[in-house]
Amino acid sequence: MKIHEYQGKELLRQFGVATPRGIACFTLDEAVAAARTLGGSVWVVKAQIHAGGRGKGGGVKVAKSLDEVRAKARQILGMQLVTHQTGPAGQKVRRLLIEEGADIRKELYVGMVVDRQTQRVCLMASSEGGMDIEQVAANHPERIHKMFIDPAAGLNDADAQVLARSIGVPKTSVAQAAQLLQALYRCYEQTDASLAEINPLVVTADGRVVALDAKLNFDDNALFRHPEIVALRDLDEEDPLEIEASKHDLSYISLDGNIGCMVNGAGLAMATMDTIKLFGGEPANFLDVGGGASAEKVTAAFKIMLQNPKVRAILVNIFGGIMKCDTIAAGIVAAAREVKLAVPLVVRMKGTNEDIGRKILADSGLPIISADNMGQAAQRVVAAVKALQAKKKAPKPKPKPKPRQKARPKAKPAAKANVGRIPGARPEAKRSKGKKK
Amino acid sequence: MSILINRRSRVVTQGITGNTGQFHTRTSREYANGRECFVAGVNPKRAGENFEGIPIFGSVREARDRTGATVSVIYVPPAGAAAAIWEAVEADLDLAICITEGIPVRDMIALRDRMKRENRRTLLLGPNCPGVITPGELKIGIMPGHIHRKGRVGVVSRSGTLTYEAVAQLSELGIGQSTAVGIGGDPVNGLKHIDVLKLFNDDPDTDAVVMIGEIGGSDEETAARWAKENMRKPVVGFIAGVTAPAGKRMGHAGAIISGGKGTAQEKLAVMEECGIRVTRNPAEMGRTLKSVLG
Repeated sequence: MKIHEYQGKELLRQFGVATPRGIACFTLDEAVAAARTLGGSVWVVKAQIHAGGRGKGGGVKVAKSLDEVRAKARQILGMQLVTHQTGPAGQKVRRLLIEEGADIRKELYVGMVVDRQTQRVCLMASSEGGMDIEQVAANHPERIHKMFIDPAAGLNDADAQVLARSIGVPKTSVAQAAQLLQALYRCYEQTDASLAEINPLVVTADGRVVALDAKLNFDDNALFRHPEIVALRDLDEEDPLEIEASKHDLSYISLDGNIGCMVNGAGLAMATMDTIKLFGGEPANFLDVGGGASAEKVTAAFKIMLQNPKVRAILVNIFGGIMKCDTIAAGIVAAAREVKLAVPLVVRMKGTNEDIGRKILADSGLPIISADNMGQAAQRVVAAVKALQAKKKAPKPKPKPKPRQKARPKAKPAAKANVGRIPGARPEAKRSKGKKK
Repeated sequence: MSILINRRSRVVTQGITGNTGQFHTRTSREYANGRECFVAGVNPKRAGENFEGIPIFGSVREARDRTGATVSVIYVPPAGAAAAIWEAVEADLDLAICITEGIPVRDMIALRDRMKRENRRTLLLGPNCPGVITPGELKIGIMPGHIHRKGRVGVVSRSGTLTYEAVAQLSELGIGQSTAVGIGGDPVNGLKHIDVLKLFNDDPDTDAVVMIGEIGGSDEETAARWAKENMRKPVVGFIAGVTAPAGKRMGHAGAIISGGKGTAQEKLAVMEECGIRVTRNPAEMGRTLKSVLG
């Protein structure tokens, strides 16, 4: 799970990491009021979206008067911010962080992530802060210093100081930087974070070490013991289809292609997407229905896939191990009927009662194309899409996605209600929460 | 023969009284020698009772002492699963197989650290894995037994259904398996590809290996480099996730391309360099293996 920068900074402050003073805002008036409350003569207006690269995309601006704060906030708030992490459509800015300006002497980088090899938390630090750290890692790997933290002992003073020195923290600020690193690790560990990144971590002109940015992600598997983190979730930042899928215990991710796929198991789902690509198609999504794919789950999965307007055909690939193929086939037929499926559907099923399953599909009267193996299934679904596209080219394209409109009113209201309810209620709720802390 | 488990293994099920534990204990027991091999269950609150004739004990240690259990299979829910694994490790079993999906990474880091620091000999398979099967002898886990066929090809994979896919392709071509191992899709786990390759290398009854990986981490590369220097048997491979975008977690907690690392292309390239015959078409895993058999 991801959170906003201002939420991350609030968490970091609770663990003793120094950050600039700042106030989160949802309107222009709030932004100006925040700048007034903070005082001083320089402020930074920062777009709050979950993607990185906000500065380059025009989502971070410096203001030197209250009028300028309003002007910059007007530019950013509501804009469709495009960064290398948002995709071409960008992400709408709904929240701002107004922060006091900092007098920067040095920009550093600090990150934490789990290292699979050593099975420890890896602390990465570099003197090359403020830049694209992936570029630094690629071009100057020697400028990234790594330390693997002993989970039983934690990050001790000596190690933290060594690391602080290695990235060029001035002598007089080393002790402070070391304390910050230790606080960051405590925060990482105690909140079950999966990623922590401070880029840049700065040394100010007066020698203070301050986290100018904060990116924190959390281990979804550990959220059950962190209601305080779950409360920070911002559904506006997430794909509504992914939210809807998670309610049905489905693992769904939107992609750019036009072939919807529904598969059981994450590895097989990825492999199915790969096979589609191998035969010249593009998957529209990743969708893992899990081991026990019930008829209800299959129906929910169909509805979610069909909400994506790009979908031109669907490929179902189920390895019915313990689940029987006849049960799955019945589920597919029921789902296809319920959503009034109007795009070609290719089904490949493998496992117990395969033949009965196929007969159910064939007898359903639905235009379902069966396939014997994954390769054939992918070829057939790609061919079906190509045939549609060829047909489309001749006459004027007819607005054909009837079933999606049918599917929408069913599934959308739930998602809408969820997403729609919160933005109205959220500013008040969130702010009062912030004050309490 | 096989690796990790065989007809002489004696199995204790942790979490035998839950729905999942009950269901899969039943199907595992019905497979080959399961009836002799599944000897105990553990649930501290239900000690003294039995599950369809399998005695339930209060602790793994007690189960081991009373039944001679050598392997544990764990279906305990995520919040308590790491502690359950530790209980099996403390009881000094040969192997702990953790099926549970969704264990917090921090719990696994602490557990793995403790296992290494105390130099424990218990091997861990998983978590978030389908388990392991030695066809015709013993199945411990959630895989469908009937798709397997006794034989001399080893299978190792991070993913469940993709393992079944490979196994079914082999069986259809008449190629049986010595053992099929699911190492699981979590970032911090027990046995890795390299460990299982080593076991297959030393197993006189395995002639070749299918190694299936997926995006994320560098375990497949590590295994491939080791195989180049040490493996005396042909290995074929497939990596899932060529189409996966960076930064998106593909179902498994470990399946994510981050910092430009862990892409399928990169893994496939290293595997090829190391003499592993790879296929980019998962429908061809079985035939690719067949092509390297003499």
